[in-house]
Order: sequence, then C-alpha cells, then structure tokens
Amino acid sequence: MKRPPKHAPARIASTADLRLFQRMMGAAVIRPLDANDNLQAKWIDGRPMDSVAAEFIKPNDRLTAFERLELYNQMYWSRLFDSIRDDCPGLVAALGDAAFGRLAQAYLAVRPSRSFTLRNLCSRLVQFIRDNPRLTAPRTPLAIDIASFEWAQTVAFDGESRPVVAASSLARTPPGRLRLGLQPYVTLLDLRYPIDTYVMSVKRREAMRSEASNTPDSKVVSRRSARRPPRPRRARTLVAVHRLDNQLFYKRLEPGAFRILGALAAGATLTRAVAAAGPKARAEQVQAWFTSWMALGWFCAPGNKRSRRAS
Amino acid sequence: MPANRFNGHSDYGIGIGLRVPHYSHILSKKPVVDWFEIISENFMVEGGRPLELLDKILEQYRVVQHGVSMYFGSADKPDRTHMRRLKNLVKRTNTPWLSDHLCWGSVDGTYTHDLLPMPYTFAAARRTAEKIRQVRDFVEVPICVENVSSYAEFHASEMTEWEFLSEVVELADCGILLDVNNIYVSSKNHSFDPYDYLNNIPHHRVGQMHVAGHTKFEKYILDTHDHPVLDPVWKMYAHATKLCGVSATLLEWDDRIPSFDEVHNEALKANEFIDGAKKAVV
Repeated sequence: MKRPPKHAPARIASTADLRLFQRMMGAAVIRPLDANDNLQAKWIDGRPMDSVAAEFIKPNDRLTAFERLELYNQMYWSRLFDSIRDDCPGLVAALGDAAFGRLAQAYLAVRPSRSFTLRNLCSRLVQFIRDNPRLTAPRTPLAIDIASFEWAQTVAFDGESRPVVAASSLARTPPGRLRLGLQPYVTLLDLRYPIDTYVMSVKRREAMRSEASNTPDSKVVSRRSARRPPRPRRARTLVAVHRLDNQLFYKRLEPGAFRILGALAAGATLTRAVAAAGPKARAEQVQAWFTSWMALGWFCAPGNKRSRRAS
Repeated sequence: MPANRFNGHSDYGIGIGLRVPHYSHILSKKPVVDWFEIISENFMVEGGRPLELLDKILEQYRVVQHGVSMYFGSADKPDRTHMRRLKNLVKRTNTPWLSDHLCWGSVDGTYTHDLLPMPYTFAAARRTAEKIRQVRDFVEVPICVENVSSYAEFHASEMTEWEFLSEVVELADCGILLDVNNIYVSSKNHSFDPYDYLNNIPHHRVGQMHVAGHTKFEKYILDTHDHPVLDPVWKMYAHATKLCGVSATLLEWDDRIPSFDEVHNEALKANEFIDGAKKAVV
C-alpha cells in the first residue's frame, strides 16, 4: 500500500479522493496493535490517533471515532492471526505462542496480504524468516524447515494438477531428449530436521485437544495432552509433500531419488537427471523409483524451469 | 420478486451456506435442501480436494456463488486474473446469479480481508457502479450486491446508506442481496430506523435475502453469524418479504456451527414468514 495522505480528504468527489480515503483508513486498519492489543495512540506522523480518526470517522453517542476505528483494527489482526495460526500449527508448537505471535506480527506488518484469499497468507513466510533470523533465534533453521513444510502442505492441498504423462509417450522419446515436469502440487524438501513426523505428532496432539474439549472430563485429558511434542533433533530428511486421491501425503526420498526429481523439476533431460543420482544408484533401484512416481501421477509435461526444491 | 432478471429468473427457495463441518453429513445423508450458497473464493483454486468436493455437491444440489473479495467499492481497478478465476467457477457451478458486497477492502493491491464500509458519496457510487458493470459484463451472469453491517460512519458521506445502495444499483442496473440482519446491526450501531431502510430501497431489484444471527456488546452489535436469527430480524424479514416478494433466502451461520439439521431447521423458519407475507398479499 502506498503511503497514506497526511489527512483524509474532507470531500470525496472523485475516484482519486476515494483512493486517498481508502489509503488512509486501510493504513490505520492494518497497522499493528499496541502492546495491549489496542489501536496505537499515535499516528505514523506522531499526531494523536484520536484526532486523526476524528478527521474522517464520526463518533456516536457510545463510541468515539478512535474506538470505532479500533474495532476494525482489532478485527483485522484477530482474523489474520487466526488464519496464520491455523496454517502453521507446527511453527506455533516449535516456537511457542509468544515467539510465534511476535513472528506473525512482524511478518504481517511487513508483508500484508497481497492476495484475494487468506490461503496465500504464508506464501512469503519462509523468505521472511530467512531475512529476519533474529525473530526465530535460536531456532531459525528449524523454523525455516517447518514453515517450508507447512507451506508445501497448502500447495499440495489445492495446487494445480496437470495431465499426467502416459508411460507410452515416455517410450517414444529418447532419454537424451526427454524432459518431464513435476506436478505443481508436489514440493521437494531438503530438510535439516524430520519435520514430517514432527508435524504429524503436533496434529495428533491438536486432534486430541479438540476431542478433549468435547468430553465431560476435558480438564484432565487436556492437561495431559497439553504437553507439546518435543522439538525434533537434527537429521537430514528428504521428503516430497504431495497428494493422492486428494489426500495429503509425505513421501521420504533417498538422496539419489531426490536428486533425480530435483534435476527433472529443474528442466534436465531424463539422461542427465538419472546421472544426477550418482554412480552408486543401481539401475533396478532407479527403475523402481520411476515406477512408483509414475503410479503416483507425479509427472506432467514440463512447464517453466524454476526449481521445485526447497530447503 | 420470486424470479427476476437479477437472480436469473430463478425461484430457489430457502438455502444454507455450504460449510466444512457439514460436508460429510451432506455427502453421506444427502439431505433435501433447496440450494447451497458457496463462498466463491474457497473454490477459486487450481485443484485438489475443494474442487472434488464441489463437483460432488453439484451432482446433487443447486449452488449459488457468494463472494467476499471483489470489493466493488475499492478505488482499484478490477483484477482481470481474479475475474477470470471467478468466471471459470461460474462455468463450473452454473450459478444463476452471483453476489458480493457493497464495500471495499483492498487498496493498492493490499487486502484487509474485511468488508469495510463505504463513504456514501455520489463519486463513490459512480465508481462502484462502474466496477459492478465491468465485472458483470466479464462473468456474464447477473450480480446482486449485498449491504454490509458496519461499525463506523464517515464525515465525507453525502447520503444515507440506503440512498447510497439505491444509487449504486440504479447506476449499475444490478440486483440487491438484501441482508436483513446487516440492516438491523447497522441500525443499532448508527441509530437509524431499520424500517426506513427497508421502505426506501428499490424493492423490484431484490434478488436474494440473507438472515443471520448477531452478538450484542455493551456499546455495539457485531455481525457474528454464530447464533440463531433473533426475533427483530425475523420481523424485519417478514416486512421485507411483503415489500419485495418472496426471494431466495439464505441463513448464514459461519462460526460455532451446530449440526446440519439445526442450521437447516433454523433456515426453514423463514417459511413461517413467507407464508404470512403470501396471505397478506392475498
């Protein structure tokens, strides 16, 4: 959003006036709350916020202009926090509520939503964590891995599915010329931690808590289940996040398999991709991998050559 | 108006919103429902489970699209990529009309994901009507715009909310999705008579109605959609039905969602008021 005007227009007589008005109110609505989760007392130029709000919002007999604007400001942050927490249960569990809250507020303040849908709210979170490692220190590598994994789940849930390449068409093209694309909903992740098992244990805990809240002795159950799963220990994990029959799946990959898929996704020919597996990869092993990937429907016509690997 | 050009000359009866907690019940029990309203944005995706589910629903039920992010009142131009996605969904659902809100919520491409109230000015009405026309011409289905609930009013406004709504729909030549609960909520927040609102809009343009529950706080009312419909709102719905005729009606219940049957039975209460309105006409 462009910088708001110093004052909201007193009259709205044109689309340009309307835009200035919306920049003013929009900037106020998305501005971070203060430490007490209220509208900040000062505007960006240092003026008292109550006088700034009163310039364009009418008070009524119960609420001041400041209080009316505050309702929208608080609803904005409540809505976005709820959304980002729903999308990142693993990150919440690993960082804790307070640190996650600080990360989310900083992220949304710098990277407000640029999409019509909240589905895309976390699309830039991994890069933001990389660019601002202090916010997640000393667990930044873990936070990057979890955020990558959780965004990959969003992509796998409703990402594009392209026509699957038929085995017969593969046979018609020499391997030295054959290029294959990976389905857009498949993400390859080179992780420093076993995030797949960690996120699954977090989700199991969340499910237990949800069930517990519906039982008569919920206090006992929820106290027992409130313990968060221990954070994972470092262990390099290569995984593909994908879907099958519209259900989410995580598939562990051997290093050779990961390199082949990565090379194909980056636009390499089949010959070069298989060579990327390394000299230790046995032919029958590579054959078995391809059989499995074909059965999963992972291959489509190549699209752009952007790498689908993330780490 | 039971069927008019703003709702595709359809006569849809009483529907409810298609919501996640009810998916398995609907797919397994196949309850009789006149129609479902879907949030367009939930299905403007590239693939996966949402579209599979939608296709299963479409095999059994009539669906109407309701949007939350077109932001007809934003000064920004309509986003053509967004409109293309919307049109693709329209082709999939065969919605006889589609609706979105008379509000704004994005500026310079930054989204608040809220339904922010408009300054009620003639210039804003002209801009809003122009965008409604552009979207309608692109997606090629009738559009009904919904009045929103609001918690703020602006010094710049030059007219009442119902005058602004009337100005916009006349300039755009579009329909109205009359949200009776939103009128009630705003009337309490801004101290106007909700019947003045109902009595002074172009009734022949109403293509659909919404009813919903709300939550009272000490100094204001919030449009929470997490309760049954309150009596004053049903009373207003009965009055609106007398004025506008029997329109496609939908109950919104979006938070703390109870069982499917509870939501559907709450929606079907509208029949009592529809019958009353019909008798009054006879």
